[in-house]
Amino acid sequence: MTAAPFSAGESARIRAEFPILSRTVRGGKPLVYLDSGATSHRVSRALDAERAFAEEANAAVHRGAHQLSEEATDRFEGARARVASFVGAQADEVVFTKNATESLNLAAYAFSNSVAGQPKDPRLDLREGDEVLVTEMEHHANLVPWQELARRTGATLRWIPVTDQGRLDLDGLDGLLTERTKVLAFTHVSNVLGTVNPVRELADAARAVGALTVLDACQGAPHLPLDVQDLGVDLAAFSGHKMFGPTGVGVLWGRRELLEQMPPFITGGSMIETVRMEGSTYAAPPQRFEAGSPNSMQAVGLGAAIDYLDELGMDRIAAHDHVLTEALLAGLAERPWVRVVGPTDTVDRVGAVSFVADEVHAHDVGQVLDDAGIAVRVGHHCAWPLHRRFRATATARASFAAYNTLDEVEALLTALDRVPAVFGVAS
Amino acid sequence: MDLYQELILEHSKRPRHAGLREPFEAEVHHVNPTCGDEVTLRVHLEGSGPEAVVRDISYDALGCSISTASTSVLAEEVIGHTVAEALRTLAAMRAMLTSRGEDPGDEDTIGDGVALAGVARYPARVKCALLGWMAFTDALNRTGIDLTSTDLSPETRGETA
Repeated sequence: MTAAPFSAGESARIRAEFPILSRTVRGGKPLVYLDSGATSHRVSRALDAERAFAEEANAAVHRGAHQLSEEATDRFEGARARVASFVGAQADEVVFTKNATESLNLAAYAFSNSVAGQPKDPRLDLREGDEVLVTEMEHHANLVPWQELARRTGATLRWIPVTDQGRLDLDGLDGLLTERTKVLAFTHVSNVLGTVNPVRELADAARAVGALTVLDACQGAPHLPLDVQDLGVDLAAFSGHKMFGPTGVGVLWGRRELLEQMPPFITGGSMIETVRMEGSTYAAPPQRFEAGSPNSMQAVGLGAAIDYLDELGMDRIAAHDHVLTEALLAGLAERPWVRVVGPTDTVDRVGAVSFVADEVHAHDVGQVLDDAGIAVRVGHHCAWPLHRRFRATATARASFAAYNTLDEVEALLTALDRVPAVFGVAS
Repeated sequence: MDLYQELILEHSKRPRHAGLREPFEAEVHHVNPTCGDEVTLRVHLEGSGPEAVVRDISYDALGCSISTASTSVLAEEVIGHTVAEALRTLAAMRAMLTSRGEDPGDEDTIGDGVALAGVARYPARVKCALLGWMAFTDALNRTGIDLTSTDLSPETRGETA
């Protein structure tokens, strides 16, 4: 890795952009926020952009002959172009949704709406005998919609297993990814294990058998440079609130040619071409997939958050994340009563580190950390099958963002050392 | 940390009346979907109506110290008591746990349950502490026991998993 992590001075300046990081919790303790994998904090300029939109240019976008509507539309479409350039795409390939879950459902419904008689492309025609392939490490958001799609269409759901080391087990891929596979849906980065999957390799293998690929890019987008052309997938979903932007806005990127073939998901105003009582025709993408009044203000906030990510540099964010992850993994390795669920090295791995402590439930671990002002996620992190795979009811997860520091990793390890004593177990 | 009273750790390490036993009239399985904790719980009653006696509560629980300890307290406080008494104990536990720290709990009514008073200050943990109790009320309802003469409100009837 050639890029440098952030210096102490840079870290201080980054943290100053996130006012919430200076608050205290639990009786005056400084907040150590290690839960950005669930939701990251908003960078000030994203909030400023939202407020400016509302105070200076608020109007319905894409309608109205007045100046405010023009300006609102410009800011909204400017945000779309900003998102597109961030992932190496064209603006008309970017669909704004409510969140990544909606993006993934939009993708899944393209298949069943095609079967239901909407204009169809053979690639989207999913029936009994066809297969949908996912992985055992998916977040429920990229699993349950495909389970439901299989149920609605009669197709079969299959999945790529995960190794004990927390990597996809690709040894049996040839038997799983076949000419019966119509779609391969998988995550860029596991939200539990931190594993970075070989996206290009999987996308190429899927293309070779004629299957479409859908990437859950939620955990990758805030950590790693993301170029949809390089990754080679057909559709990708990510979420504003995990990348310093607001909640209420997600993105579905799709190849223009494929989006053109996809039937609408949510229907109504703004997504039509012509409407008659007997039936309607639909607008071209991305408007076809943005029924109703869009989340224009949140989209503008996301655009500003992306400006900030680019200003920091995704390669430097990745380098910084790498340093924090290495320090945390090394610290946990010194504690034999802690087991990391996921890769214990930093190869193809980012800073989402899940772990269990011997004989102590993750909820109780999280409570002890919270008492020291340290915010981690506990539970199954919406990846219940993956937890079953690792025989864990629940794990505690520390996840990083660009604003975290090595001091915070130390604070986590120090607080963690209280766990054995509090619960009277051997350390 | 004052949340983890010695009594809680005691109960969570050696949960009273743990394990599944016969006979029983109803068995339920409850899950806390946010953390994946689970409890399978059986109830054995003798008699009918509110004066029926809870002869046994047996259970198999997978959970954090708070949920395990609370289920242990449930078994300890309720076995051998009438259903009417059990419902009063449940109401007192619930009142304490949902009081946001205002209600310290009455040891005469809930016994070791008072050690769980600190949970009320952590709203995210209240569900943990109520898991076993909700399973118990659900199991009670499933025995078909007639509780029309009690004030078993919908709120205390528990939710099915």
